[in-house]
Amino acid sequence: MLKIENLHATVEGKQILNGLTLEIPSGEVHAIMGPNGSGKSTLSYVLAGREGYEVTEGSVTFNGVDLLAMEPEERAVAGMFLAFQAPVELPGVGNANFLRTALNAIRRARGEAEIDAMQFLKLARARMKVLNMPEEMLKRPVNVGFSGGEKKRNEMLQLALLAPKFAVLDETDSGLDIDALKLVADTVNSLRGSDFSALVITHYQRLLNHIVPDRVHVLSAGRIIKSGGPELAEELEAAGYAGVQAAA
Amino acid sequence: MTAVATTGAAAFLGRYEGLRTRLPGARVAWVEALRDKAADAFRAKGFPTRRMEAWKYTDLAAVTGAAFGEPLTSVDDAPALPPTAHPRAVFVDGRFRPDLSTLDGVALQVESLGAALPRLEGRIGALARPENEPLAALNTMLFEDGLVVEVAAGVAAGTLEILSLAAESERAPAFHPRHLVRLGVGASLTIIETATGPVAARYLHNPVFEIEVAEGARLAHGRLQQEGHEGIFLSTVYARVAAGGTYDNFTLNAGAKLARNEIHVALTGPKAEAHMNGVQMAGDGQHVDTTTSLDHAAPDCSSRQTYKTVLAGRSRGVFQGKIHVHQVAQKTDGYQMNQALLLSPDAEIDSKPQLEIYADDVKCSHGATVGELDADHLFFLRSRGIPEAQAKAMLVEAFLTEAVEAVADEPIRTALEQGVAGWWQRQGVAA
Repeated sequence: MLKIENLHATVEGKQILNGLTLEIPSGEVHAIMGPNGSGKSTLSYVLAGREGYEVTEGSVTFNGVDLLAMEPEERAVAGMFLAFQAPVELPGVGNANFLRTALNAIRRARGEAEIDAMQFLKLARARMKVLNMPEEMLKRPVNVGFSGGEKKRNEMLQLALLAPKFAVLDETDSGLDIDALKLVADTVNSLRGSDFSALVITHYQRLLNHIVPDRVHVLSAGRIIKSGGPELAEELEAAGYAGVQAAA
Repeated sequence: MTAVATTGAAAFLGRYEGLRTRLPGARVAWVEALRDKAADAFRAKGFPTRRMEAWKYTDLAAVTGAAFGEPLTSVDDAPALPPTAHPRAVFVDGRFRPDLSTLDGVALQVESLGAALPRLEGRIGALARPENEPLAALNTMLFEDGLVVEVAAGVAAGTLEILSLAAESERAPAFHPRHLVRLGVGASLTIIETATGPVAARYLHNPVFEIEVAEGARLAHGRLQQEGHEGIFLSTVYARVAAGGTYDNFTLNAGAKLARNEIHVALTGPKAEAHMNGVQMAGDGQHVDTTTSLDHAAPDCSSRQTYKTVLAGRSRGVFQGKIHVHQVAQKTDGYQMNQALLLSPDAEIDSKPQLEIYADDVKCSHGATVGELDADHLFFLRSRGIPEAQAKAMLVEAFLTEAVEAVADEPIRTALEQGVAGWWQRQGVAA
């Protein structure tokens, strides 16, 4: 589904990704672990198409299409989704309005009928119940006054509603208590299937106990230095990155 | 032999000399005296220049350098009118059109100023200051018509619309309507005023309002300035609010090539309130100016001002806000905020808050910000599949929310939201 080849990227002239190669087939969930500064967030922003992240070499194809040539909204419509590490607050933009606008933008691009406010409310309520989110979070401006955990839940609500083909979770687990962590895992697991893949970026093995990955990769200095099965996460947890970096 | 001036102050003074004996009230001594005095003031100062402090950021070259004609004396065609749910007074080129107006059964007294003029001694000119404001002088010199609205004490008069249209014409008419509004003790009224005109017609609309709000009365005054692209809108509002009264002005300043929304409010009795909020939106080639002047002249009064300006393309915005707290005005609670959002590197905003406080027990705050759309916010929305233009529109709308939400009056807010959406649809591509 997603094929990253020899990816080099710079941020403000600084080389962050140095020949990253990674393939995530349909139906698989992969995890990327790595120390601070190894390029984890840069990878997620490059995939989502954020300005200022310049690809200097390499390619990313998403279901056979050149992802890097697409605008951020085109990527979203094609099924790419990034759950942000630090979701922005949007004062003045109502959460319900935002969610419905996003959902309809994607439905429109897929050639599906737009849904009205009533239909949306019904859909959102059902998803929010699962995520243990109070309904009043729909009425508030996007993420304004939300706790860290509430922001992450709001990201999961977007993930559940937009139902993308590919989700990147950028340290979604950071700062979450165990209950919230399980809700994140449940959201991702509920989407798992032959036409859904995910890349879970995390520092800790903890999340991977709940979202069991098919493959685990270790990112260091902008490259994958080691790949393995779920047991690699446990190994990292025990030996630390230094041990793996030394061995690589 | 002297050439007849075709432009500038001299052209308007020449017109006044020519029309002097034919203008409404020409044989009424006090009207003549009022006009002559205004003409003297206008002759002395001429059109404002940027050397005047109050006009530092707004250049009237588009007015002084162009020739303007008379509005046609009769307009036979009936322009298409938007539907309305309220009683409505319609003006075409500054003239009241009873044939287009629907004022049956309203709970207020409303008539054309042209007709009521002989009875308005002491009212017309009670608040306007032609000696200070040259455009009020110009208006006083040449006004022909306007609306006189009177709400009796204790009457809740509902909503009245005032629609000002410019006719399709090649004469580049200049018109100077004078509107008088008076609310009796404890009365209430909502006015929704729309000023609009053909896209390509050149004209000058120079209205002056004199508004008196008596004790405990409340006037909500919503103004939608949506003049045509070549129109010039220079408006001056004077309002006086007595004890416990409220004047709530909201102005959408979004049309015209050049627009000045000038508001003078005096709070003259204890616990009077002024709300002055607004949204200015300008696109390529437009200049929009809001200038407010607020006199806190009695104790325990409060004032709230929130103005938001959105500028796209090569456009310019101005906000000037003066708050004068007189020595007697103890316990004044004043707040003023003006914020600008620049959507293009070619847009420019000038903002000048000015506080003069002569009382010692007051709470007065003001602030000003200028910014661009936040790139992170835009990226977030786009990453969720929302196209760039739509994402920008959402963020602009969000920027305006605070000012729009300050509008307590439902019909005004609805009209405003439609006005903002309409502006954005027209600008969306360019921005």
